Amino acid sequence: MKILVPVKRVVDYNIKPRVKADGSGVETAGVKMSMNPFDEIAVEEAVRLREKGAASEVVVVSIGVQQAQDTLRTAMAMGADRAILVLTDESPEPLAVAKVLKTLVEKEGPSLVVLGKQAIDDDMNATGQMLAGLLGWGQGTFASKVDVVDGRVNVSREIDGGTEQVSLTLPAIITADLRLNEPRYASLPNIMKAKKKPLETIPAADLGVDMAPRLTVVSVAEPAERQAGIKVGSATELVEKLRNEAKVI
Amino acid sequence: MTALVLLDHEGGQIRKAALSAVTAATRLGDVHVLVAGDAALAQAASQIAGVSKVLHAADARYAHELAEPLAALLVSLAGSYDHIVAAAGATGKNVLPRAAALLDVQPIPDVVSIVDAQTFVRPIYAGNALATVRSSDAKKVLTVRSASFDAAPAEGGSAPVEAVAAVDSPDVSRFEAVHLSDSARPDLESARVVVSGGRGMGSEEKFHALDPLADVLGAAVGASRAAVDSGFVPNELQVGQTGKIVAPELYMAFGISGAIQHLAGMKDSRVIVAVNKDPEAPIFQVADYGIVGDLFEVVPQLVEELKK
Repeated sequence: MKILVPVKRVVDYNIKPRVKADGSGVETAGVKMSMNPFDEIAVEEAVRLREKGAASEVVVVSIGVQQAQDTLRTAMAMGADRAILVLTDESPEPLAVAKVLKTLVEKEGPSLVVLGKQAIDDDMNATGQMLAGLLGWGQGTFASKVDVVDGRVNVSREIDGGTEQVSLTLPAIITADLRLNEPRYASLPNIMKAKKKPLETIPAADLGVDMAPRLTVVSVAEPAERQAGIKVGSATELVEKLRNEAKVI
Repeated sequence: MTALVLLDHEGGQIRKAALSAVTAATRLGDVHVLVAGDAALAQAASQIAGVSKVLHAADARYAHELAEPLAALLVSLAGSYDHIVAAAGATGKNVLPRAAALLDVQPIPDVVSIVDAQTFVRPIYAGNALATVRSSDAKKVLTVRSASFDAAPAEGGSAPVEAVAAVDSPDVSRFEAVHLSDSARPDLESARVVVSGGRGMGSEEKFHALDPLADVLGAAVGASRAAVDSGFVPNELQVGQTGKIVAPELYMAFGISGAIQHLAGMKDSRVIVAVNKDPEAPIFQVADYGIVGDLFEVVPQLVEELKK
């Protein structure tokens, strides 16, 4: 079976984002970009499924600007077999992304689509669920364990009070949570090999999907800064402050 | 205008976070709620102050709040509503985007403030920026952060209960099992006091050093992603961008450096206390009170002082 893994190029998670002075968004020009950390976990899981013999091919896809090629090369260096870049200058919302992915699913015919649970830039946590809805497939979101058995995929999901097990008919959608796996580092030889793997570029316009945003960003602002407080010398002093000054205990 | 709130539940109880979603929805208009499960849940839902109608889906296929049937049910009911709302917990985040896609709507997750019926504020980039967004969709599908809205009173309402029939949906998923952590401690997201540990706790065994403190304060226990990744505690205790968002009266961070991903989950707490060996730890930049020292010495001293 084939696995499709959508990956997103985002501001590196170690960078403290800066709000643009005009309040139109967050500064991304000249900022270090990386693969969304949850997408690394998704790629890792797909590659492991292929290594276990549960899958025959792993195809990675990204939607965005030309530089998203770097993100796709990283995924191929981790073990993905080939890549598709849907080229657009927009940064489409999850609804549009899900519609684009649906067209690729129909073209590629994967049995499983593995996504990250959320992207760390827009923090939406929506694309996987939306794609599952559009396709009418089952969804195993916030997955911490995935087993493909007899035409089904069994998924352990992280829920608020613990974990839940669900079983889905293939084809299905999985979204990766933190605990699913530990993504591997791409070795230098694999980075070199990844440069030779096929990368197909499709202009977004060719897919006939309406990418117009439904949400207008009115403004983006810095959250209120917290004032740094004081250091106290002892537990006694701390409890006294909490009781008499902050009045929280 | 009328809003429909999906009330999620756990262990036979309506989750407290869902009561915050009710409060958010009252800002948008009349509030109807949908509860999927047994009759006792529908009865409990009818008591919530501010609710004018309870839609009760009793069919067994909805009992475990699986996304596939529940999203289809929401879509079948959506015609009468301008807003569909749920708490931004595991259920809301699983179900609402699917329903939104079926309605051809872009969902608005993690709303922290409602400007008007079309305009909402939500954090992006791990809470490092607040985006105000206006939706042009005919229906608004949103999840709300419970830490940003007070819980609606669970008593005082007397809404009529109306049964809703099951609708067809793709039969592609089945519930197998659930393992809830048994904890006598308060729920992390609604606790008044949260005591959290990070990588500095050292090990799973040593993490229990926080238990006596949590006991004496009646606090929930939380953890940083580093503590979860190191296997000290289960994932559901994680506070941060990718875990739970909390805003208690008092948040106490032990052995937590204060990475942006953690701060995203707790920096709206009223009072923050940090105990860390490293005087340069970023957590001290947001802490109201800090102690530079060994948490394994400070915690027992705190317990001693609090018992006085």
